[in-house]
Amino acid sequence: MTEPLTKLVYFAWVRERIGKPEEEVFLPSTVETVADLLLWLKARGEEYENALQYPEVIRVAIDHEHVDHREKIAGAREIALFPPMTGG
Amino acid sequence: MPAGVVPMVRIQRQDFDIAAEIGRLTEGRTDVGAVVTFSGLCRDEAGALAALELEHYPGMAEAEIARIAEEALGRWPLMGLSAIHRFGKIAPGENIVLVVAASAHRQVAFEAASFLMDYLKSRAPFWKKEHRVDGSEGNWVDAKDADDQAAARWNSSR
Repeated sequence: MTEPLTKLVYFAWVRERIGKPEEEVFLPSTVETVADLLLWLKARGEEYENALQYPEVIRVAIDHEHVDHREKIAGAREIALFPPMTGG
Repeated sequence: MPAGVVPMVRIQRQDFDIAAEIGRLTEGRTDVGAVVTFSGLCRDEAGALAALELEHYPGMAEAEIARIAEEALGRWPLMGLSAIHRFGKIAPGENIVLVVAASAHRQVAFEAASFLMDYLKSRAPFWKKEHRVDGSEGNWVDAKDADDQAAARWNSSR
């Protein structure tokens, strides 16, 4: 059985540092939570290391809803990573 | 929640007309006694800022503001609630965001507008990048702890 593709989208300085607005990845089954995902991504290369140096500051949304880092990611179609928001 | 009140949420590049947005909530009815509007504008930071670039997460921006608006409708007896947030490049003096709250009495409208703005600032997926007048690389605006605290006070007071 192959793992499903998961769409990752990036915003603001997370997007700039990773160097792309989105990508689709095959997540290994060991990546169960948002925290696991951030650690796994961080190990993918220098640009990811640079963007995710302090994973605790990264905000995450699954399918357009805010989640905390303990959230399970199984079944997620789109996972967004971004800095704290500065709208308004 | 009062029956039939559907919040209006728009995410758009173009400017908005505050008088028209007030009219949208009051025209054709005689029971509204209070309308509070809040508009947020781009500051020039003592002349240093040429513009702000507003980035947003399409889809989630609308959904998150709508969730916050529904929360406000559940807390206060509102007769209308609108929120408009712009994106793209915005020059000093231009509008960024608008909230309009209508109700029978002023306190409800003031509180609901304030609540919506506090939550919008800490939860709506928008990010501001500075464009500097001197042409140097602008920074991403840092989130302020004060904004998170402003949103948190609504949990403790009710």
